[in-house]
Amino acid sequence: MSITKPRAPRTTPVPHPTSTSLRVLVVKIAALAIVDAISLYALFIVGAQRDWIVFAAIVVVTVIVNVVYFSRRFLPAKYLVPGVIFLVVFQVFIIGYTAYIAFTNYGTGHNSTKEDAVAALIGSSQERVEDSPAYGLTVVESLGTYSFLVTDPDGDVSIGNADNPLSPVDNATIEGGVAVGIPGYNTLTFSQIVAAQETIAGLTVQISDDQNDGALRTPDGSSAFVYRSNLVYDETAATMTNSTTGVVYSDTGVGAFTASNGEELLPGWKIEIGFDNFARAFGDESIRGPLFSVALWTFAFAFLSVATTFLLGLFLAVVFNDRRMRGRKVYRVMMILPYAFPAFLSALVWAGMLNRDFGFVNQVLFGGADIPWLTNEWLAKVSIILVNLWLGFPYMFLVCTGALQSIPEELQEAATMDGAKPWAVFRFIKMPLLLVSIAPLLISSFAFNFNNFNLIYMLTNGGPRDVSAGVNVGATDILISMVYKVAFVGAGRDYGLASAFSIIIFVLVGVIAALSFRATKSLEELN
Amino acid sequence: MVHHSRGRLAAGAVLLTAALALTACSASEPGDSTDSAGSLTVWVDADRAAVLKDAAAEFTKESGVEVKLVQKDFADIQEQFIAQVPTGKGPDITIGAHDWLGNFVTNGVVAPVELGDKAGDFQEVAVTAMSFDGVTYGVPYSIENIAMLRNTALAPTAPTSYDDMIAMGKSAGTEFPFIVQVGPESDPYHLYPFQTSFGAPVFGTNADGSYNADELTIGDAGGDQFATWLAQQGAAGNLNISLTGDLAKEKFNAGASPFFLTGPWNVADAQAAGIDVAVDPIPAPGPNAAQPFVGVQGFFVSAKSTNTLAASEFLTNYIATESVQTALYEVGKRAPALTASFEAASADPIIAGFGEVGATAVPMPNIPEMGSVWQFWGVTEAAIIGGQADPVGLWQKMAADVQGAI
Repeated sequence: MSITKPRAPRTTPVPHPTSTSLRVLVVKIAALAIVDAISLYALFIVGAQRDWIVFAAIVVVTVIVNVVYFSRRFLPAKYLVPGVIFLVVFQVFIIGYTAYIAFTNYGTGHNSTKEDAVAALIGSSQERVEDSPAYGLTVVESLGTYSFLVTDPDGDVSIGNADNPLSPVDNATIEGGVAVGIPGYNTLTFSQIVAAQETIAGLTVQISDDQNDGALRTPDGSSAFVYRSNLVYDETAATMTNSTTGVVYSDTGVGAFTASNGEELLPGWKIEIGFDNFARAFGDESIRGPLFSVALWTFAFAFLSVATTFLLGLFLAVVFNDRRMRGRKVYRVMMILPYAFPAFLSALVWAGMLNRDFGFVNQVLFGGADIPWLTNEWLAKVSIILVNLWLGFPYMFLVCTGALQSIPEELQEAATMDGAKPWAVFRFIKMPLLLVSIAPLLISSFAFNFNNFNLIYMLTNGGPRDVSAGVNVGATDILISMVYKVAFVGAGRDYGLASAFSIIIFVLVGVIAALSFRATKSLEELN
Repeated sequence: MVHHSRGRLAAGAVLLTAALALTACSASEPGDSTDSAGSLTVWVDADRAAVLKDAAAEFTKESGVEVKLVQKDFADIQEQFIAQVPTGKGPDITIGAHDWLGNFVTNGVVAPVELGDKAGDFQEVAVTAMSFDGVTYGVPYSIENIAMLRNTALAPTAPTSYDDMIAMGKSAGTEFPFIVQVGPESDPYHLYPFQTSFGAPVFGTNADGSYNADELTIGDAGGDQFATWLAQQGAAGNLNISLTGDLAKEKFNAGASPFFLTGPWNVADAQAAGIDVAVDPIPAPGPNAAQPFVGVQGFFVSAKSTNTLAASEFLTNYIATESVQTALYEVGKRAPALTASFEAASADPIIAGFGEVGATAVPMPNIPEMGSVWQFWGVTEAAIIGGQADPVGLWQKMAADVQGAI
């Protein structure tokens, strides 16, 4: 574009400058109008939810987009703004949020606020008093106060509310054995109950003056049961007391109510815990033990995957780039086929084909042999590299073909004239030129395979595992699949720990990529 | 050229803002608290959604409360419910499996449900499964367990014992005497009835039928016998760690064995493959009865729902009725949890057969400690079946590892 732009006015005079710019202006205004309309719609929705951070973000983005595209200045920004916004939303924000989670105890039992934890603990500590009867219930209202009009199984009717325990009444209207109304009170219909359900669901009516007898609550507005709570929350001291055992649980700063003997009441709540997750990542025995061998295998796996796919892809690209080869196009299409299947599916199909007793490979190719492709520690590693080779070589074949075709023929001819043999031409002319464009792709391929969770999970799930080791890590687990198992398999989910690992892996891959890119600079100087 | 690319950029900006708006929309979609007075949001999987639509319409007609059904992939519900309830954007009610309950309670995302006297209308195992620490949290709708499928063409009568079954399988001359899916990391769920027949349940039970996490019984003497038995069966070829779920089903449907230890989910395909199946009790290789795990599905109420009364009314007085439970049975062919519906469904001999086994079965533990068991259980069984080392030693090592993880 930068080449054609200055030429255009000179070679072709613009016939109707005003009409063209007018059309462009109309398109521009229409496009921005759509953007603004959608933003406005989003603002209404977000505003209704009182989500002010997102609200502010949408306002800022909309203003920036409008200013940049309406102004005659900011030409570079017109090209950069959309990409930068996407980068912030889909990359920077996610990395930042992951980093934040890494410094919290977010996970099973710690996934919300302290208020939620208190409410949940109190809610689940309500136990129905054993062998207590179910009461027929009519919710009645007088002067804005809700009362329970209840009929016990013997047909006796009583009334009570939050401040007054149940007291018997005898002037109620009875229908079908249940009191449905009483003079001086309005009977609530179901829709009225639903409209006031938060108040009514929270209403407790003591059945007698003695609190220990329990209180009536209603789960559905049409029946009431006697409950007793075995946890009492003291708001001023911020402690939970178990009224049966008398144990006091207090907030000791670990994100859960904790008794003096260390027993925690769950759910707790989410707190920031500093570098604890990072300390655990390196200190926890179940992680530190296998960390070294897993890290070693991860590097070996990523390196071998890149090396094997690149060598095979390059070899095939060179072969199919030779003009003497017949039917090159047909072969090329066939070569790309593995690339056309979803990797998920391919991994599953391969897992089936490599099955020891019933798989295609053993049954057909090896005549019924019992080769434990996926269940022997070393063969499983070999199988993973082989399957990844099958999945990955078409990509390398494609990019190498492209790069080879962009190398001018004259270079080869000139070298041949100078007496270079084909191998020397490839080694000293083609290969360096090829690496200039391919090296960054090799680095990104390395980063991709370093975190190639899908392949491992689908093919071996990290197995086979040495059961005598006592840790849930197998012979083919790479760092990311080990993190998954440590954080998500087992009794609880630990998002904090998983995030800490993600950040560590992010830094690791980032450093490797940065170093490699620096190394490739020397290649570029060839040009 | 410049003008054109400006237009394209503007289009890009449109897309961007649209994306932002959509994110905002999708976040606000379920259980939007501002307009929830008089409406219920229910998460449900695709199969159940159609049935619930009718129940919901009836509920709306009678109570005036609108019911919004949001379809979810069943496998994603557990994680999403735990993540979204604390933000206040979760649903009022969700469908779920009973073994998620421990996780839900530990995270404080479910509210108790009072079944009241309705509790007696359900099969006992279903209500026990939906309870945690003595409190009921869900309204069950289906019960699922495994039993022994028999290909009547290959084995006309039910076996009387495990050895009898193997003998019948061998005399049938098929590829396998009997089939159960095992897989490279074994399948403790499918092998559990054999384990219980040796008297080695995973956890001890409290008086009310709930599991006691402090009492790990998997490593008891019965466990050692089971481990020895596993090794023998592995050596004899009756259990094979290469036989994954897909293969097991394929082989049975191809007539490669007269017996198949599996659940009701594989019956329809077997019948479609032209096999006349009967459902038998699981023959016990050990001295005790072979009790499989029961999986119960049902509905839970969110701890942060502002519509608890309406939610509770919908569950106890609509979902827990015979017509809805029967309709749910008809779409999924899972045995209903409501006794009346179950009895009606038992006219089908397949359901009756699974139900008979389920009546003596035990709920799969819903305590969070179970997660620590799964991660060691399967691989150890696989190692024993594969004959890697001394079975009793491996089994005891596993029991110690599980205890350590808990």
